[in-house]
Amino acid sequence: MTDFPRISTVGLSGIIVSFADEMSEPANRAALAFRAAVNDEGWPEVSETMMSLVSVFLSVDLVTTPPETIEDRVLALLGRQDWQAAPLPPGRTLWHVPTVYGTDLAPQLEEAAEVAGLDPDVAIRQLSSARVRVLTLGFAPGQPYLGELPEVWNIPRQQGLTKSVPSGALVAAIRQLIIFTAPTPTGWRHVGQTAFRNFRPDAPHPFALAPGDELTFPAIERSAYDRLTAMDTTGDGGADKEAIA
Amino acid sequence: MSAELMIRAAGPAMSLQDMGRQGYLVFGLTRGGAADRRALYEGAALLGQPPDCAAIEMVGMGGTFEATADTVIALTGARMTATRDGAPLVWNASHALPAGAMLVIGGAQAGTYGYLHVAGGFDAPLQMGARASHLNAGIGGLLQAGDALPLCPGQTARSGYFLTPEDRLQGGTVRVVTSFQSHHFSEETRVRFAETGFRRDPRGNRQGVRMEADGDGFFAEGGLSIVSEVITTGDIQVTGDGAPYVLMCESQTTGGYPRIGTVIPSDLPRVAQAAAGTALRFEFIDHDEAIAIETRARADIKALASRIQPLIRDPYDIADLLRYQLVGGVISATADPFET
Repeated sequence: MTDFPRISTVGLSGIIVSFADEMSEPANRAALAFRAAVNDEGWPEVSETMMSLVSVFLSVDLVTTPPETIEDRVLALLGRQDWQAAPLPPGRTLWHVPTVYGTDLAPQLEEAAEVAGLDPDVAIRQLSSARVRVLTLGFAPGQPYLGELPEVWNIPRQQGLTKSVPSGALVAAIRQLIIFTAPTPTGWRHVGQTAFRNFRPDAPHPFALAPGDELTFPAIERSAYDRLTAMDTTGDGGADKEAIA
Repeated sequence: MSAELMIRAAGPAMSLQDMGRQGYLVFGLTRGGAADRRALYEGAALLGQPPDCAAIEMVGMGGTFEATADTVIALTGARMTATRDGAPLVWNASHALPAGAMLVIGGAQAGTYGYLHVAGGFDAPLQMGARASHLNAGIGGLLQAGDALPLCPGQTARSGYFLTPEDRLQGGTVRVVTSFQSHHFSEETRVRFAETGFRRDPRGNRQGVRMEADGDGFFAEGGLSIVSEVITTGDIQVTGDGAPYVLMCESQTTGGYPRIGTVIPSDLPRVAQAAAGTALRFEFIDHDEAIAIETRARADIKALASRIQPLIRDPYDIADLLRYQLVGGVISATADPFET
C-alpha cells in the first residue's frame, strides 16, 4: 500500500525516513548508509540523527523550521542512489568478543538449540563463527541488536520472561543476538555470557559500539572467562577490535 | 574547602537534574534532565542565572538541607511545604539561606516534581556533558542523607523575589499533535481517545506516566506487531492492555508499541506534575496551532526574568537584604535563556 522510502514528520521533533515496515537486511543497510550521508551533509537545522532497525530520524526543531525545507533536501538525497544497494559507510569496527556458551553462566543454550532444531555443539559452532552487524542500539544505553543470523535461528521469543539475565549476557531470538547492557528480564534466550560492557558512563567513550559495527563471538572456556573478568578494567572483556577496511 | 549544601535528610526520590544530554539518541540514551523543564527556567529567572544550572529535583517530597556558606536558594515546580529554621518560606520564590540555617522541604501540596535551586547551580562534575542523573540509564543516582553537594564558589543572587508560575500542577487539558504512527489508530478510536476523561495512574515515573480511564482500551488496527521506531518525549504509547502511557524524559529511545500522538512540549510539564488520580484530557490540535502555541511558550520563558517581583513583608529577607549585596546576580530581561 505504501511506497518506501517514506518521509513523515515526528510530532514537532523532526523527520523520519522509513525504508520498510519490517526488519530486513537491505532496509537496515539503507538506513545505515542514509544516516551517514545525512551526517555528511551537515545540515544546520539537524541537531542529531539516529537510526532504528529500518529508519533514520533527523532531529529538527519544527517550531522554527518548516518541515518542507528539510523534506525537499531529504528527497534530493534519497534520489541520489538506490540506498538498499548502497555500500556500508566507512569508519566501522569489527569486534571479536570472547564468549562462554552454555554452562551455568548461560543456561539456555541447549534449549535455544533445540528450538532451532540443532545439536548443541552445532549451535555453538554456528554462533561462535557467525559475523553479525549492529542493526541498531536501543532499549538500554549502548545495547546492540545484532543480525542477521542464518534462517535456522529464526526462533521465537519464549512465552514467559526470564526474571533477569546479567550484564554482558548474549541472548538470541528472531535471527538476532543482543548483548545486554544491564540486568534485565527478557523473553530472549540466554545462550552465551560475555564480559563485554556496552555502556561505560565514566569512560571517555561511554558507548563501545556504533550502528554498523560488526561482531563475532568466539567460544572460550569457563576458566578463561573467569581470568578475563578478574583482569579486565576496560569493559572490553578481552575483546579484540580491528578497523573494517 | 569549598562551600557545600549538606543533605541532612532525603526524600525517597531526589536527584540532581539539568537540561539533560542531547546527541546520544543513536546510542540508545534519551535526553533525560528535569521532568518539568519549565521549573528550571523559573528557578534560573529567580536567581538571575543561566537555565542550564543543575538543581535538585524532588519527587513528591523534599528533605532537610544545610549550607556550609551563605547562599541564596529558589524553590519552583510542585508546591511543597518549606521552612527555614522553622519559619515558613514562600514557594516560587528566592530566599537567603545563611550558613547553618536549616531548610526543611516537606511533602508536595500540589504537583509531583519540586525543585531546589542554589545561586550559581551545583558544582557537580559534568558527565557526558551534563550534571543530570539519568536513573534509568544508571548515570548518577538518587541523592541520600549524608551527601554534600558542592556549590559554585563566589556565586550569589538576590533573595526575596517571587514569580507567579504558569499553572500546571492540577492536570486539565493536554494538547497533542498526530505523529507518524497515529494512522495505526482508527479515526473512531482517536475521537474516543480525545473524548475520554483520564486519571493519572499511580504507575508513573521519569520514564513514562500511565493514564487510566473507565471503558475500553485504545487499540491500534492490525495489532501490536509494528517495527520498532524512534520515540520522542511526549509520545503517547499504547501497550497490550490498551492503556496509554505518556513517555517522559527517561524513556527508551525506540519502541515497538504504536503511538497515538505526541504531547506538545509546553504541555509536558502538566503531565509530569499531575499527581496520582489527577484528571487529564487530551485534545488533538493541528501542527500550525501547535507551532503557534510553542512559539508563544518560548517567548513567555524568555520573558520570565522581567516578571519577577519582590516578595512583600518577609522580614527575614529584608533583614538579609541589609547583609547581602542588593545588586548581585543582575537579571537581564533581554538575555536569551535558550542560548547556552
